[in-house]
Amino acid sequence: MALIGQDISPPDLRAKITGRAKYAEDFRADGMVFAKLLASPMPHCRVIRIDASAALAMEGVVGILTADEVPQSEGGEQCLTNHPLYEGEAILAVAAVSETIAADAIERIRVDFEPLPFILNPLDGVRPGSPDGRPEGNTQVARDWVSIKWTEEDFANAPEGSMPMPEGEGKFDTEWMVGDVAAGFAEADLILDETIVHQSVTHHPMEPRSAMAYWQNGKLYIHTSTQSLVRTQQALANQLDLELDDVVMIGEFCGGGFGSKISGSIIQQVPALFSRKINRPVMLRITRAEENYLGRARPGMQARVRIGFRADGRITAIDLAALGDGGPYARGDQNGGANTASLTYTPPNMRFRGLGVRTNTPPKAAQRGPGGAQIIGMLEPLMDKAARELGLDRLGLRRLNAPDANVAYGPNGSTLTSVFVKEAIDKGRDLFEWDERIARSGQMNGSKRTGIGVGVSPFAAGSRGFDGLLVIRTDGKLQVQQGLGNLGTHSIADTARAAADVLGLEWDDVEVVWGDTSRHLPWSSVQAGSQTTHAHTRANHAAGLDAKEKLQSIAAMDLGGRPEDYETSAGRVYRRSNPSQGMTLSRAATRAIELGGRYSGYELNEDLNAMTTASATALAGQGLVAAARDNFGGEGGLQSWVVGFAEVELDTETGKVDVVHYTAITDCGVVVHPRNLGAQIYGGSFQGMGIAMSQKWVFDPVWGVSFAKRLYTARPPGILDVPMDVQWAAVEIPDPQSPVGAKGIGEPCVGAGSAALTSAIADALEGKCLCRTPLTADVLLAEIEGRVPAYGPLDLHV
Amino acid sequence: MSDVEIIGTPERTVTRRKFIMGVIAAGATTSSVGYLFQGPQPLLGALAVQGSVERLITLNVNGQQRRVDVMNQETLAFTLRYKLGLTGTKLGCDRAECGACTVLIDGVPSYACSALTHSVRTSQITTIEGLEDSDGTLHPVQQAVLDEGGFQCAFCAPGFIMSMVAMVESNPNPTREEAAQALSGNLCRCADYNKILTSAMRAAEYSRLQA
Repeated sequence: MALIGQDISPPDLRAKITGRAKYAEDFRADGMVFAKLLASPMPHCRVIRIDASAALAMEGVVGILTADEVPQSEGGEQCLTNHPLYEGEAILAVAAVSETIAADAIERIRVDFEPLPFILNPLDGVRPGSPDGRPEGNTQVARDWVSIKWTEEDFANAPEGSMPMPEGEGKFDTEWMVGDVAAGFAEADLILDETIVHQSVTHHPMEPRSAMAYWQNGKLYIHTSTQSLVRTQQALANQLDLELDDVVMIGEFCGGGFGSKISGSIIQQVPALFSRKINRPVMLRITRAEENYLGRARPGMQARVRIGFRADGRITAIDLAALGDGGPYARGDQNGGANTASLTYTPPNMRFRGLGVRTNTPPKAAQRGPGGAQIIGMLEPLMDKAARELGLDRLGLRRLNAPDANVAYGPNGSTLTSVFVKEAIDKGRDLFEWDERIARSGQMNGSKRTGIGVGVSPFAAGSRGFDGLLVIRTDGKLQVQQGLGNLGTHSIADTARAAADVLGLEWDDVEVVWGDTSRHLPWSSVQAGSQTTHAHTRANHAAGLDAKEKLQSIAAMDLGGRPEDYETSAGRVYRRSNPSQGMTLSRAATRAIELGGRYSGYELNEDLNAMTTASATALAGQGLVAAARDNFGGEGGLQSWVVGFAEVELDTETGKVDVVHYTAITDCGVVVHPRNLGAQIYGGSFQGMGIAMSQKWVFDPVWGVSFAKRLYTARPPGILDVPMDVQWAAVEIPDPQSPVGAKGIGEPCVGAGSAALTSAIADALEGKCLCRTPLTADVLLAEIEGRVPAYGPLDLHV
Repeated sequence: MSDVEIIGTPERTVTRRKFIMGVIAAGATTSSVGYLFQGPQPLLGALAVQGSVERLITLNVNGQQRRVDVMNQETLAFTLRYKLGLTGTKLGCDRAECGACTVLIDGVPSYACSALTHSVRTSQITTIEGLEDSDGTLHPVQQAVLDEGGFQCAFCAPGFIMSMVAMVESNPNPTREEAAQALSGNLCRCADYNKILTSAMRAAEYSRLQA
């Protein structure tokens, strides 16, 4: 029975539940010292003078690392800086024999700052006369820094409470149009024109981005928290100008990343550099408070959208203008969000204009479904609004506009390998019992009003061309080398199944090697963009085929006949016509070592990545070595889908929302690990619900410092906040361009969860779309009671 | 050049040290000032821990008497992780917000980040490392989690598991809703709550079978 499709607990779980699993902060080394950071107390400033004499004189203080001693990046982010662009940015680090002393020393350092003007949200950053978030400008067009400001007239032209949508040159950094938007609106029977405000959301993985580093014989050994392993090794080597071989990275476990630790994080440079400077192991333990700042956030946006609908619900045109919060070092998510809108609603005519505004708020990075989750969360309730006004079925309107396999979306007419979202919608209609539930929409139960919502959410789901590397050992076990990270998706184990299935092995015969770059790992994808399931089932399938071909050749050599006469399963390679004629994998591995050459890793395919070649060469002679690149090819990108359905009860007296039920249907191709897939779908959807409902960003407008900086103020959903009554299903149609047929699933669930709630809450408000996140109880209660909200319609950080 | 202390960092009238001493005197618990307070406001004018004095005490951890030098203001999480090498207890927030550091103090699930070590000198402390039998047999709660494939990144897992152990002791036959209440002091950022609850129900079942 194939391993793909079964529930198998991953091999790292026992360590995780006994306390043996070592995360970065759990390592110790002889002579290890602790570093602490001195962080900027204000959102934008220059360091004028540092007086560390009192700190350095303290007993137990070992040294200081300043911004002058770290890799310099003109205009980019440095691990330490004398020109902080956000509150909490690290300025210097001190090391001491205990963390207590290091912290004490930090407080004895006298720093003089020159405060500089700051910007906290993108719209304020384009107001005439406003300061720029950075000295170079407030955005980049191509690579050039510019300062884009809108005029008083641009603002005056916008209707009261609406975001300006200025026409003309130089108002945005990105513009594209497909079809003819004006013609599209001309044929529309209904045009919605809405202003959208989506909050930024801090990632807040449970494990802060701690790291411990030391040097031995010129090599850097670093224990770090990262989503990806070999790609983080490469990134850090590049940042520190080291040879790849001179970075040994250990990251067996990662306590969550959600996009904030794709290639580790820049602060991991600090213990590496500090350790080199003082010649002692250095631990940098990041606190929750620091994590709020250093830890990255999903970019918020302020946007306006006009959508034209025909009377039958078909969308004729979308005109989207979005300002994204880029933080100090990024561009925001608006461009990706526009592509997702184009894919989800297939408007024949669409114009997008986007501007990523640099702000002096904590840095932005991809967060699970970047751009897609925001735009779907904001646009799905507008689909409901159109359906209500046109008297149409809300789900039917979505299906009518949903793509199929011949979709061409975005500015370049991007294509996809497969799309089965309509199948997912249909399956959801049945499983959620849409018709029965929608009949309850608006019903009162005491003070609670029922709302029904749906979110149709796609996201990127794979890439191609990575390497698989296997060893069939003389004990007959299949050893699968994985260069991925281990952030809790179980990919290290689940994608290894593809190799085992080619060889017909049981899971007990498989051993996965991961988490330490000194253990000879292959070139792998970053563990982001939901690439891994697709990319590495393919790569391991390719390596499995390579192993099988070698087993067949060895069997034919020793036992006669042609290689294709042989099959592998249950730990043997044997003749199809006479299964008793064959040999164990253990025997075949021994023969591979004797034969040498291509059988045991001494001769390798030339198309392998250099890292894979080096790793396979290091493993040569340990058994039958198989190393192969994913050359299966393919055309078009990959997207998976989750359609989320929610039933909520909105308490009209308190503004509290209870999610009574949640159903999610996915199109993610072949299901590799059902229980784990369910966990991804629910977990991602619940994260989306947190985005929609509870996770705040709040700043002091005078000083620009963060108020909602801890878990209790920017609260992610707890166990009592998520629905108990949940179900999921998959359409289970294989992706036709992968030999395994699986697509990634980590990301689309977030938009589905968020949008199912924004949609359901709008429904519970009798169709009123607030077009903002988070929809906290106070926001909802003000709406229910018809009060003037305490915030303006364009205000972010509410 | 400006004086930084007038920019967004108003002076405090109560120093951190006085605050902590006040809290201790009041018999409440505080967090681990021992190793890290430092948020991004380094210039508050309050020096944290000066002249920390350690005292040798004996702690009962996982059934063993452990001799350890402990500062006055030291939290149990600090002692466990940094002095006794028990790194299975995780620190997710150090401020009683996340529950990753949950241990049992006399059988009661408690945030180790918010218990002063000196206050538990006469208590029995159980950490995640203390659940497994010496022969490697897992605690029924651990076996349940293993069988259900519980947790994703699992940084929260030790804390959740300690809360589950306390739950099956106090309520061996919980409903799913009761289990959720019992585990509501723990945060899972992967939001793997559905699988965690399924594991908790399985844990209760295994514990009943063993009882």
